[in-house]
Amino acid sequence: MRKRKIVSLPIILISFFIDLQPALATVPESTPLFRVDRFNILVLFIVFCAVVLLYIRSARKGKEFFIRKINGLEAIEEGVGRATEMGRPVLFIPGIDELDEIQTIAGLSILSRVAKITAQYSTPLMVPVNYPLVLAAAQESIKGAYLDAGKGDDYKPEMAQYVAGEQFAFVAAVHGIMHRDKPATNVYMGAFYAESLLLAEEGQASGAIQIAGTANPEQLPFFIAACDYTLMGEELFAASSYLSKEPLMLGSLKGQDWMKILLVICILLGVIFETLNIGGGFFYKLFIEH
Amino acid sequence: MKTQFNIAIAFLSGFIMILAFFSANPGIVNFSQNLLTWVTIVGGISLLLGIVSILKVNLKAIQARGKDWIFKLVLVLFVLGMSVCGIIWGIEEKTPFDWLFQNIQSPMMSTMFSILAFFIASAAYRAFRARTLEATILLITAIIVMLGRTPLGQAIWDKLPTYADWIMAYPNLAVQRGIIIGAALGAAAMSLRILLGIERTYMG
Repeated sequence: MRKRKIVSLPIILISFFIDLQPALATVPESTPLFRVDRFNILVLFIVFCAVVLLYIRSARKGKEFFIRKINGLEAIEEGVGRATEMGRPVLFIPGIDELDEIQTIAGLSILSRVAKITAQYSTPLMVPVNYPLVLAAAQESIKGAYLDAGKGDDYKPEMAQYVAGEQFAFVAAVHGIMHRDKPATNVYMGAFYAESLLLAEEGQASGAIQIAGTANPEQLPFFIAACDYTLMGEELFAASSYLSKEPLMLGSLKGQDWMKILLVICILLGVIFETLNIGGGFFYKLFIEH
Repeated sequence: MKTQFNIAIAFLSGFIMILAFFSANPGIVNFSQNLLTWVTIVGGISLLLGIVSILKVNLKAIQARGKDWIFKLVLVLFVLGMSVCGIIWGIEEKTPFDWLFQNIQSPMMSTMFSILAFFIASAAYRAFRARTLEATILLITAIIVMLGRTPLGQAIWDKLPTYADWIMAYPNLAVQRGIIIGAALGAAAMSLRILLGIERTYMG
């Protein structure tokens, strides 16, 4: 398997090159290399990378960072413990989007941490997904977590299963799982849409402890109404770092916080300058026009 | 070695997409578009993986005569039945596949979606119980917004829609933007962690 992957690397690189050649050959000489209209985003991107990398460097040197308590994440271990005591499974849904959605990746990172806890407690884990690529990633994630916990033999590929490709067929399948297997803890982490309330209300009716997290602001009220704990927006992306407690991951969170402060300052300056009509519309051009 | 290889691929792909975002060079932009096409192709092929997963899990349960195995049998029969219909007669209008989709799958999905109305009512009942000061504020705000968006609200008080619009356009939008900015920064930091290989739990 490993040999096959090593062999495939040069093939991928060569195909990259072959793919690029005809496209580069047709480029007119006058075509600019850089999009000037995106200069402001580039500046923000460079500053953001610099701040995050700086904090990662500090973390590498051994500096410790304080991260505020996130109740929803603290409740995960409690939820798995409850499921173990009741002899029921833990249900984890990493959203209903494809693997190219960053929220799905955040969900899979949290899945890895949850799977490690279920492996330690020998609690059954169920992960229904609605995209085959997410299925493969979820299976790898769970397998890695079980191996890390020293419970490789307990891992079963069926822990993650592809149940349906359609949104509401997926909901029907998950409702079936909730009815039949009565999971004691339901964890929803990732991108959710109209199905958020359908899943959370059914879980609520089945008496499970529910922990949800999404960065889709339209779905947050539904999760807040139906779940015991809800991670809002950035908390979803911070969850993996929070649960891992690894200094490098926590360092990037700190960098992100500083960036937020910088943006708040920019917004305040923008409001003041634009209200007083100072600066010839600099902030308007910077944030609105481009 | 396996992890290093995966991280290298993730870094390379991410770097090309960033480059394409800031570049006006058609070569780089086309190349990034080709990469996205690759993703679509890989996604399409991986559907087979999904079908294998469905058949494996459900056939096992049917063989073992597990709980509610009869439903699993119906599922397997329809997975195979729709696939066979699609392969033999195609998926155009007035084919068996289209008939199955229009008369079985589509009404079932509509039914699932319509259940949402009942779930909204039960969730709203729990959320709007005025047990604390915050819940009471939420209840009053919800009444203003909901009534303000209906003809009945306008009939009760003609200024109600104006107040409902104000709540949606200012306090509600301000909070939403706060969440969106936070989430966008979180997503960017996570992407950076993935590109640098710091975040690798999703790889197993």
